[in-house]
Parts: sequence; structure tokens; C-alpha cells
Amino acid sequence: MATAIRINDLHKSFKSEFLRKQKPILKGISFEVEQGEIFGYLGPNGAGKTTTMKCLLGLIFPEKGDIEILGQPHLAIPAKARLGYLPENPYFYDYLTAREFLQFYSQLHLLKKSEQDVKIPDLLKKAGLQEAAGLQLRKFSKGMLQRIGLAQALLNDPDLVLLDEPLGGLDPLGRKEIRDIIVELRDAGKTVFLSSHILQDIEMICDRVAIIVEGRIVNSGRLHDLISQKILFTEVTLSGITESELHDLGESLVIPGGDILIKVYQEQNVDKVLGLAHERKARILSLVPRTQSLEDLFVGTVRPE
Amino acid sequence: MKIKAIALNTFKEAIRDRILYLLLFIAFISLIFSRLLALITVGDRIKIITDVGLASLSFFGALMAILMGTGLVYKEIDKKTIYTLLSKPIHRYQFLLGKFFGLILTLFVMLFLMSAIFIFILLLHSGQIKWGMLLAFAFIFLEMCLVTSVAMLFSCFSTPILSSIFSLSFYLIGHVSWGLETLINKMPSGIGKVLIKGIYLFIPDLENFNFKTEIVHGLPIPPQVFLYATVYGIMYTLFVLTVATLVFRHRDFI
Repeated sequence: MATAIRINDLHKSFKSEFLRKQKPILKGISFEVEQGEIFGYLGPNGAGKTTTMKCLLGLIFPEKGDIEILGQPHLAIPAKARLGYLPENPYFYDYLTAREFLQFYSQLHLLKKSEQDVKIPDLLKKAGLQEAAGLQLRKFSKGMLQRIGLAQALLNDPDLVLLDEPLGGLDPLGRKEIRDIIVELRDAGKTVFLSSHILQDIEMICDRVAIIVEGRIVNSGRLHDLISQKILFTEVTLSGITESELHDLGESLVIPGGDILIKVYQEQNVDKVLGLAHERKARILSLVPRTQSLEDLFVGTVRPE
Repeated sequence: MKIKAIALNTFKEAIRDRILYLLLFIAFISLIFSRLLALITVGDRIKIITDVGLASLSFFGALMAILMGTGLVYKEIDKKTIYTLLSKPIHRYQFLLGKFFGLILTLFVMLFLMSAIFIFILLLHSGQIKWGMLLAFAFIFLEMCLVTSVAMLFSCFSTPILSSIFSLSFYLIGHVSWGLETLINKMPSGIGKVLIKGIYLFIPDLENFNFKTEIVHGLPIPPQVFLYATVYGIMYTLFVLTVATLVFRHRDFI
């Protein structure tokens, strides 16, 4: 499969405010994003996610390292013409209306008037902003700004979409809408590179991830390969039984409503819990085997102790 | 096309900015003031109105260029709108030129409005229009272009307040630097003279664009003087824009 992004040995440091000493932010980042996949870029605050993104976009210049976008040097105009970008907090010209805003960026992509007339209403519809087309952006809510930001990133029908925290600050419904658009993009053959703190969402949509900690990639690969499919424990919720009876079989606690929740770590104990419940004529309300989540992997990687 | 899009967007931003209207209002007041000044003056009142009016246009034009020019690039960086803009398929110089031409267009409209008010006041007082005045407006505009480029250069690497101070100093020095020419003529040859000559070559001479005296007193102006002023203004502006582009080209947007 062709490569959408190739980053090799990227180094970047900034001068600190007081001592004017160079502080390294990226310490030799290397990874590749394949075409047609959703790639999640994870890391705690200050790890270097946005700095990597800015290097990719040519907003800052790395001291060392190479970046290729869609097989071309990242600063090449033809490469940028095939790129869409949504910044972390959508900072846009708030004196423009949504339609003017999209018209302005269409002109930078050299879209003809006839193309704009088709594309802009279409994207406004996709972003659910048809009603707000004539509204100035300063009157937009955070969610609306995020959606108009995504619309501008898609104006040129890009092959590669870079999204910096696209799900931040959105309500659950807004997150689902953006998630759906991202998956639609992948299904249409586009490559999506996104950074996010919301691991649940990343886990739901990403094909591959890279985890960056203190300017270094510490883990990367297919989500399926990184996250162990082994059952870590089984959570059983029961009613009609006392906590003391389950004491030896796992970690139990009484949850609001008087039901018992027990975390069973050994597989043979699950059968024992079920047998006991049957014996005491208790009700089994739920039984959920838990595998490793991306969050477990992330926390384990960032804080190995 | 891309430069035009950025220029038109800058124009849209500028005309939706309140500070512009405040300056326009103060300029209007000062033009009215020139009329009042003429009323209490003994002598040729039209000359007073013309003199004070042209000086007001020149000063407020430069002030608009400085106040808006210094915020031009800084605002884009500060509000982080530059992130999305530079992610588009544009060169950095296109961004800078787009911003420059957008402001120039705004200043042209503002100068046009101020000049129209000024001509109207003159017409009320004298009943006639001096067409030579248009030439004075054109050179005020050329001076505004130069000051805008300088303000933009400073705004590429400095805050608006510092940039405004630098640009205002540039404007003021530019209007007194002709004194150096007199100094050079009176100095004996030597290192001092070479040094002053070097400084004189480097710092601007904005008096090249000042034709107030000639117009007020109806003196003839040789064509080569116009030509020199035009070439000087264009070359200086191009030089400053080139420096601004070079500074901006390697800047990190953190």
C-alpha cells in the first residue's frame, strides 16, 4: 500500500522563555501512515503531538529529519493541494459568515465559481449548518465551529485529512457525528491522521495508532496487535445474594440499588460464581468479560510503573 | 488569484474593524478644524485650509497605515487563523502580499473618502476645485503604501505596540531626514561625512512625497521631481516588502 505520510527522524526544539536554552520537543520521531487508513496519534499533553502536526503542515521548521506527504516533500504546493487540516481549537475569521468563510478557502484552492456553488452547499449540509450559512462565525458554538472547520478541511476533496483533536469539547452527539464523517472519509478511500485525547473514540475508529511520550514514539502498530485480546477479568452483576458469600471469588462491592458487582480474575471462579448464584436462586443481571482497552495500553505506556 | 482572495478577505476584515471608523471620524474633525482655523486667520484662508487639510490627510493616512499595518500579520498569528491559512496550497509570500494589497485597498478607500470630504470643504469655501490637488493625494497614497510595508515588516516579528512605535519613528524620522542632506553639504570631507551619507541613504526621506508647499502656493513642479518621488516610493516599498518576505519565510508559528 502507498504511503500517505512518511516522517523520518524528526527533531525540533524551542527556546525556553527565560534562559533562552533550547528545549527539545521532538527527539527523533519516525513513523509512516498508509493510504486509506485512519491513524491515531496519541500522547499526553505536551508530548509533541501538535508540534508534529505543525511540522507536517510547514508551520514550523524541524532542525533535522524528513517529511513526505503523498510521496512529495511536505512543503510542496501540489502536496498541500491534496491536504485538508482542522486545527486543534478552530480559530477562524469570526467576522465572516459560514458561507463567506468556505468561499474564501475555496478561492485558495482555486475552485471555480461553478464548483463552489455545488461544493459549499453540499459541505454545509454535511456539517449540518445549512441554517447557519449566513451567520457570522463569532455567533457559532464550539460544536458548530468544529463542524465548519471540518467542512473547510474537506473543500478540496483531500486525499489526506489531518485532524488535531477533532473530538475535543464536543457533546456525545457531536462526537458521534464527527466520528461518522471520519469513517465515511476512510470508506471513500481517504487517509485520516488524527490526534486525540478521547481514547474511546480512537479505539472505535482507528486502524493503527502511534503513542508519543516526551517527544519519542514509544509504541505503534495495528490496534488489534497492540491491544491484548486476552480476557483480563470478568465483571458479574448479581442480585439476591450477599457480598460475603462471594468474598473469596473476586473483588466484590455493593452498587447503588443493593446489587453486587464482582470482578472475577480467574476463569474457573466465573463458573463458581454462576454455580453459587444458581444455588442461591440469585439473578444474574450481567456478565461482561473485559479485555485490554486502548486506555489500559495508553496508561501502561505513559506510566510504565 | 490566491493573493487577490487574501487581499479581499483582509479588506473585508479591515472595513469591519471599528478603529478605522474612529480614525476616519478624527480625520473628519481635523478637516473641519482646518476650516475653523481659516476663519480666525488673517490672510489667504484657502491656503490655510489646503495646508492644514493636506497635512491632516498625510498624518491620518500614515496613522491608519501604522495602526492597521502593525496588527495585520500579528493578529493572524495571535488568533491562530494563520494555521489554517498556511495549511492551504499557498506560499508564504502570497499570504504577505495578499495582506499588503488588502490593506492598501482599504487605505485607498479611506483616503478617497477623506479627500472627498476635503475637496467638499474647499469647494464650499472657494467655489472651485484645484485639480493639482489630486497629485498631492496620489503622493500621500504612495507614502501610505511605503509606511504600510514598513508596519507590516515590523509586525512580522514584533508585537503591535512595539511595531507601532518603530513604524511611527520611521515616519517621523522620514520627515526630518532631509536635515541630514543640509548637514552633508555643510560638513567637511572625512569619515564623518561618509558615515552621515551612509545613514542618509539608508533612512527614508518621506519629504520626497510632500508637495504641500508647491500646491498651496501654486508653484510649478518639474516632472523629474514627480518621477523621482514615484520611483523612490515604489523601490523603497518593494525593498521593504522583500525584507518582510525573507523574515516571514523562515518564521516558526508556535
